[in-house]
Amino acid sequence: MSGYLVTIDRIACDGFGTCAQLLPERIILDEWGYPIIDPTPVHGTERHHAKRAVNTCPRLALTLQRVHELEPAKR
Amino acid sequence: MFGAPPAQLRTKRGHAGALVDEVDRSGLAGRGGGWFPTGRKMHAVVTAARTSRKDPFVVVNAMEGEPAASKDAVLAQHNPHLILDGAVLAAEAVGASVVHVAAHRGSRTLSILERAAEQRRSRGLDSVELRVVDAPGRYVASEESALAHFLGEGVALPMTVPPRVFESGVRRRPTLLSNAETYAHIALIARHGADWFREVGVSTAPGTTLISVSGAVGQPCVLEVPTGSSVRHILGLAGGTSGSVHGLVTGGYGGAWVAAGDVLDSPWSVDGLRPSGGVPGAGVLAVLPDDACGLAETARVVRWMAGQGAGQCGPCRFGLAAVATDMDMLAAGRFNATGLANLERRLGVIPGRGACRHPDGAVRFAGTALQVFADEVRSHLRGRCTASRRTSVLPVPASTVSLPVSRPGEEWR
Repeated sequence: MSGYLVTIDRIACDGFGTCAQLLPERIILDEWGYPIIDPTPVHGTERHHAKRAVNTCPRLALTLQRVHELEPAKR
Repeated sequence: MFGAPPAQLRTKRGHAGALVDEVDRSGLAGRGGGWFPTGRKMHAVVTAARTSRKDPFVVVNAMEGEPAASKDAVLAQHNPHLILDGAVLAAEAVGASVVHVAAHRGSRTLSILERAAEQRRSRGLDSVELRVVDAPGRYVASEESALAHFLGEGVALPMTVPPRVFESGVRRRPTLLSNAETYAHIALIARHGADWFREVGVSTAPGTTLISVSGAVGQPCVLEVPTGSSVRHILGLAGGTSGSVHGLVTGGYGGAWVAAGDVLDSPWSVDGLRPSGGVPGAGVLAVLPDDACGLAETARVVRWMAGQGAGQCGPCRFGLAAVATDMDMLAAGRFNATGLANLERRLGVIPGRGACRHPDGAVRFAGTALQVFADEVRSHLRGRCTASRRTSVLPVPASTVSLPVSRPGEEWR
């Protein structure tokens, strides 16, 4: 099954937290304000929400990556 | 230096030399801590060089960032040319014309390798260029992407992966980056062949391996043993343990604590140590004396590890600092059950959330301490420490800077 993974550049991320506001069903923040991302692929309409979070990140640290099979994902 | 290699090994870009297949067949796994199959790595470099049409680099990591490790220093001291032989042969086999050899600035290893490289140059021994480079002393500076970045751009900070170093390393060229001991094994495989190499050790990671044994043993030393040797056997070779032993450090400070009762009969390999929670890592085996406090030792090491990160990724920068403070409180007997629960939660959310594996290693070190010294944890929660020793055991170098920096300063260059 194909879907999209939300991946993050940890060095670029500065903990603005915008992503967790726009995609709360997939992203929560740790106690220091840095995102913890659900490692499973997103599908369907959720993808549009994910895309919005990706496009809004002030550090451009998020990417949406297409995956074709269910593989062990990085957090 | 150790005689002619058995076969014509030179190759051109994009073509794997015969040695690559020989290393692949030997089953050699990287001795820097990752235990990744070296032959597969060499093949990946050759493939990346072909597809990118770029000449690859070869890098020897002789930095030995683990404070309790001394195997690469001892190897360089006794046999520097074996390391360089392996690196030159590997370079020829993957089609590289330059070999970078990195050792810590001001270290004895650095001057030894500089002298050895000069000896080879003056005799016109090698067809590839050897560049011995002095690298900054931070723990995380010897992480592979940090080292590749340092050699290319002069700043030893880890990079976001992918791309991995084998496809885009030094100056964004495919780079074969391995530990000094790994290259020494490559030289021996070139000389004696894969079958000879596989005669000893476990089939999943054959050959011999170097282990730095320290702490409460008769004779702290560096040993060469077949992989799969039992921990009991290794400790015996180091003169046995002094007194009853409770906890041991395996792998290094990015490794794991193990309980003596679980690990003594385990074979020294990735698979053999796994059931006890241990890792062979960079070949560190440190025995904690039974009069020492495992929690105080852990707190000191974790504080140091927290200060050794690059400070680039939030979960590592803030998370490790928080874990270090928690461990300090616990070791000082000023912690309650809520504090412990917070610490355990922190240990659960940090791993896998850095660009490199530095936070994962430090968290594993702290987490395994809580398991191995579970009785001590309970005593400390009641404000008591049963340890009588007041001096520290595990070596922790003096830090040049105490807090992670957000901008690279001099200590990274």
